[in-house]
Amino acid sequence: MNGALQMPEPLLSVRGLRVAFGTPRHELVAVDGVDFDVRPGEVVGLAGESGSGKSLTLRAILRLVKPPARVSGQVLWRGRDVLRMTEPEVRGVRGGEIAMIFQEPMSALNPVLTVGTQIRENLEEHTDLDRAARQARAIELLDLVGIPAAKARIEDYPHQFSGGMRQRAMIAIALASEPQLLLADEPTTALDVTIQDQILKLILRLRRDLNMSVVLVTHDLGVIAQTCDRLAVMYAGRVAEAGPVTEIFERPRHAYTLGLLNSVPRGGVLRQPLSSIAGQPPSLSNRAPGCAFAPRCPFVVAECRAAPPPLVDIAPMHETACIQHRKVGQR
Amino acid sequence: MTFATLTAGTIGRAIGPRWTLVAGATMLGLLILIAIAPGVFSPYDPLAFDYKAIMQPPSAAHWFGTDNFGRDILSRTIWATRVDIQIAIFSTLFPLVFGTIVGTLTGYYGGWLDAIFGRLVDLVVTFPFLVIVIAIVAVLGPGLFNMYIAVSILGWVFYAQLIRAEIRVQKQSDYAAAARVLGYGEMRLIFRHLLPNAITPAVVYLMTDMALAILLGSSLGYLGLGAQPPTAEWGVIIAEGKNFMSTAWWISVFPGIAIVVAGVSFSMVGDGLADLFRRRR
Repeated sequence: MNGALQMPEPLLSVRGLRVAFGTPRHELVAVDGVDFDVRPGEVVGLAGESGSGKSLTLRAILRLVKPPARVSGQVLWRGRDVLRMTEPEVRGVRGGEIAMIFQEPMSALNPVLTVGTQIRENLEEHTDLDRAARQARAIELLDLVGIPAAKARIEDYPHQFSGGMRQRAMIAIALASEPQLLLADEPTTALDVTIQDQILKLILRLRRDLNMSVVLVTHDLGVIAQTCDRLAVMYAGRVAEAGPVTEIFERPRHAYTLGLLNSVPRGGVLRQPLSSIAGQPPSLSNRAPGCAFAPRCPFVVAECRAAPPPLVDIAPMHETACIQHRKVGQR
Repeated sequence: MTFATLTAGTIGRAIGPRWTLVAGATMLGLLILIAIAPGVFSPYDPLAFDYKAIMQPPSAAHWFGTDNFGRDILSRTIWATRVDIQIAIFSTLFPLVFGTIVGTLTGYYGGWLDAIFGRLVDLVVTFPFLVIVIAIVAVLGPGLFNMYIAVSILGWVFYAQLIRAEIRVQKQSDYAAAARVLGYGEMRLIFRHLLPNAITPAVVYLMTDMALAILLGSSLGYLGLGAQPPTAEWGVIIAEGKNFMSTAWWISVFPGIAIVVAGVSFSMVGDGLADLFRRRR
């Protein structure tokens, strides 16, 4: 036992997660060896632009990625590998222990069932409550996520709710079984800024009250700064940099993270022209042999193009896959 | 915008957006009422001959006239409603249920199941529907029961196609993923979450199909392959009157109108339902 690190054991531990499409000869690797941990009560952000593999990573954790896509690696949920569980075992984990909410609250709710029916259905599947208790709990949950007049609205259909309320209803459904981990796939992207803020605060409050962990996938660094404890930045299917949010925001150690942060407007500082990262993210079929960011990187050296740089520890809990991390850190 | 469209819009709003559904359902309700209790509405025995009153034109005593045996056409048309509504129901019940099950399973699972049923469906739709129904009935022998068999053998493919396509769309939806994420079993996912969202086009088609079934039943009745005389059935009555078209038009025309009314009311209900479902999305 190593007593030096006072970190609790991770709840979820993803190791070498890989998702590939296409034929074995022309393989398109969308997620390429992703590692990250989630500890109890922690909010971990997965950031990256479109196509970086963040949503696919999230879906692969719950085995939602279906053939012909091939998923390999390990997803250790409290020591058990989700990818090697039997179908009934996975179903016990899904919903019961790990819940997930989606980007589009309109399409993620079943349009022909009332919100109440959908909450009660999850309670029926994952708890021992009787009919009356399920109804009471459903109203309680709707109230908990901040829907006014929950009792009156519970038999409403999803189309009678506004966008923000639908997202709240979806959270209520997901939380009905009291999961220990909530996977949130861009939960606020489809909402306007004020509602976005309310939903994020709600997720944080529920995290505290129900003592659950959260994995938040987003392309919005502002959302990450506001909510997450730790952050993993993804680029072209790999983790580029992972570490505590404050540390990464203050001193990014990967050229891509630096570029991302420089392209976000900040309040309270002198206005400057926003910089953007030149070029386009690489397509799935056209990956460079070395670091995928090398073609766009201002710090690039010959070594970067040779082989994909591995993630290396540069501080406790902070790792980066950048050969130039020292130079990036000094900028 | 012209005055005419303005007025039409105003009237449309006044009647309400679902007027086709309301009108269709009212007519259909009336037909079903007649089918349940024809004796209440019919003034005469539909099978009783009356040689003192043959080939009577429409009159106060015989509103729709009489035929060459003196049978009252109004009574025959009313009693035929029962037979034809039965045809509408029995010709579509099995296709609806079986087609829905096949469409749901092939749409969800795909693979070899889909391949087998897909070829079967292709095979059936290759042939003209009426021709193959007539062929099957001719082999099995005339009569309504054999017509139900023929229609059941073929009719399910249309429902299977509709449901399969819709299930394949719904399967990819976010709420299906959400239901999977909640750890629900496959049967619950398919029959509670996907099917209710996929069945709408099939329900709308069911109404059209019922109208078509009545037409088919009448056609077969007319050809002597469906309901057998002296049973009162709209197609049979029309066939009986065909030799007297120039002298006693009323024998064939009134049951013909009944077919049109039944067809239109089924279609209007189908249209209205389609509209209603669209609005709810």
